Amino acid sequence: MKVWALHLGLVAVLFAAQFLLSPYHVTNLARIMVLAVFAMGYNLAFGYTGLLSLGHALLLGAGMYAAGLSAQVWGFAAGPALIAGTLAGGVMAAAVGLLALRTAGVSFMIVTLMFAQAGYLTILYLAPVTGGDEGFTLAAASRTFAGFDLSTDTPRFLAALALFALGLLVSLVLVRSPFGRTMVAMRENEERSRMLGYNPFTVKLAALTISGLYAGAAGAAYALLFGYVGASFATIQYSILPMLYVLLGGAGTILGPLLGAVLLFALIEVASGLTTAYLFFVGLALVALVLFAPKGILGTIRERWLPWLP
Amino acid sequence: MASLIETRGLTLHFGGLKAVDGVDFSLEAGEIHALIGPNGAGKTTFVSLLSGRRMARSGTIHLGAEDITFLPAHTRVRKGIAYTFQITSIFPRLTVFDNVALAVQSQGAGDLIGRTRAALGRVGLAGLDAQEAQTLAYGHQRLLELAMGLALNPRVLILDEPTQGLAASEIEGFKRLVHSLVPETTVLLIEHNMEVVMDLATRITVLNFGRVLASGTPEDIRANPLVQEAYLGA
Repeated sequence: MKVWALHLGLVAVLFAAQFLLSPYHVTNLARIMVLAVFAMGYNLAFGYTGLLSLGHALLLGAGMYAAGLSAQVWGFAAGPALIAGTLAGGVMAAAVGLLALRTAGVSFMIVTLMFAQAGYLTILYLAPVTGGDEGFTLAAASRTFAGFDLSTDTPRFLAALALFALGLLVSLVLVRSPFGRTMVAMRENEERSRMLGYNPFTVKLAALTISGLYAGAAGAAYALLFGYVGASFATIQYSILPMLYVLLGGAGTILGPLLGAVLLFALIEVASGLTTAYLFFVGLALVALVLFAPKGILGTIRERWLPWLP
Repeated sequence: MASLIETRGLTLHFGGLKAVDGVDFSLEAGEIHALIGPNGAGKTTFVSLLSGRRMARSGTIHLGAEDITFLPAHTRVRKGIAYTFQITSIFPRLTVFDNVALAVQSQGAGDLIGRTRAALGRVGLAGLDAQEAQTLAYGHQRLLELAMGLALNPRVLILDEPTQGLAASEIEGFKRLVHSLVPETTVLLIEHNMEVVMDLATRITVLNFGRVLASGTPEDIRANPLVQEAYLGA
C-alpha cells in the first residue's frame, strides 16, 4: 500500500514540477526522465539480475536510430516510431544476449563493450543512411503525437512523464512478481537457482531483453522529444552513464535510477558552471559514494531505515 | 520394486583421478538409501552426476524409463530430482520466505504464500519468514536448505551430509522428518553419522575409490568384512 502511495505520489510530484520550475528546468527534467527510463532498464539487468553490461549504449542507439530512421525514411509518426525503437532495443538486447550470456562477470562486461563499439562503428560506417557522426535532425512532421507538437515544452514534458511513469510502474510490478524474485536469485546465487529448476540462461536473456526494451524506448523518446539522432549516443559514455545513475541512486532499488539521474545531472550542471574540469567533481562524488555508501543512496536508506522500499 | 534411478557404468575422471569409476547403482522407489564411504570416495561427485551438476564421461543414468544422462541440471530438477547442498547454499541476502518461495514457484504459481509457509512449517522454521537468511543460526540454515529441497516436491531427494553441524536434538527432528517423507519421496542420503544411517536407511551402498564396494541392507553392510576394513573400522 505505502509502496504504491510512494510511487504514485512521486509521479504526481513530477507532474506538478512543470508548474513550479522555469521552462529551462522543465526541459531538463524531461531529459532526465527519459534518461531515467534508460537507467531503469539498466537497473533491471544490473541492479536486479546482476548483469554488469558495458554495452547499453548499443541498445539506446538501436532505439534512437530505429525511431529516427523509421520516421525519416518511411515517414513513421511518433507513436509507431516509438514502438519501432522500443522493439529494436529489445531485439538488439536479445541478439547480443544470445552470444554474450555464454560468458559471465568480467568477460560479459568485455563482450558487451565490444558489441557496443561494433554498433557505434557501424553507425559511422553507414554514414549515407545514418548521417555518420553528425547524425540528423528529425522533421517536425514526425514529432507530433495525437495532434500535439512534441517539440513544444508542455507536450514534451508530459510525453516524457508518461513514458517514465509507465516504465516505473512496469518495473515495480515486475520486481515484485515471481519473475522478479527469479531475477534476484540469479544475482544472488546462480548455481542454487539452477538446482531449483531455473535455466539461468533463459532467465538472464529475458531480463536483458526487458532491459533492452527500456533502453530502446528511451532512445526513441529522446530522438522524438529532442529532435536529434546522433552517433554520440552510441558511445561508451552512454554505457557508463546509466551505470553511474544506478550506482549513485542505489542498484536494485526502483527509484534509484531517477534519483541518480537527477543528482548527477544537477552535479554536472552546477560544476560545469564553475569550471571546465567538471568531471573532477563527478569523480569526487563517485569516490565518496564508494567510500561511504557503496549501496547507493536509496540502497543505504533501505538498509538502515526503510526495509520495505522495493 | 521398480528402480527409480538406475546407473550403468557411470564414470567421471579428473585427470588421473578416478572420482567415479564404472558405478552400477539402483535407487528403488520409496526407499531411504544411504551412500557411505571414506572421504574422497566419490560420493558427492556421484550424486553430482545424478543431479546434473556434472556431466558423466561415460555410462548412463535412467530416471524411470527415461535416459537423463545428458539432460542439464535444471531440467532434471523439473523432472523431480532435487539436490540439497553439502555446503549450505542458500540465498543469504534474501528473506527466508523468498528462499523457499523460489523453490515453490518453480513448481507452479498457485497459492505461493500457503505452500511456502507449509514447507517452512514442515522443517520447523515457521515464523521466521521475514528474517534475512544469512542471519539464521547454522542449524536453521541447514533446515532452510532442506525446506527448499522439499518445496520442489521431488520424486527423489538427494541429501548431501544433511546433519553436518546439527545439534543432537536437531538430528532427532531431522530423522523424524526424513521418515515422514517416504514412500511418497525417495531419499538418497550421503551421511557420515553412522547412527543416522543405521536408523534411517533401508539400503546402503558403500563407495570406495569411486567404485561400489558393497550394497545391501544395513545388517549386510555391518557384517561385511570389506566394508569394515575400508570404512567402518575397528
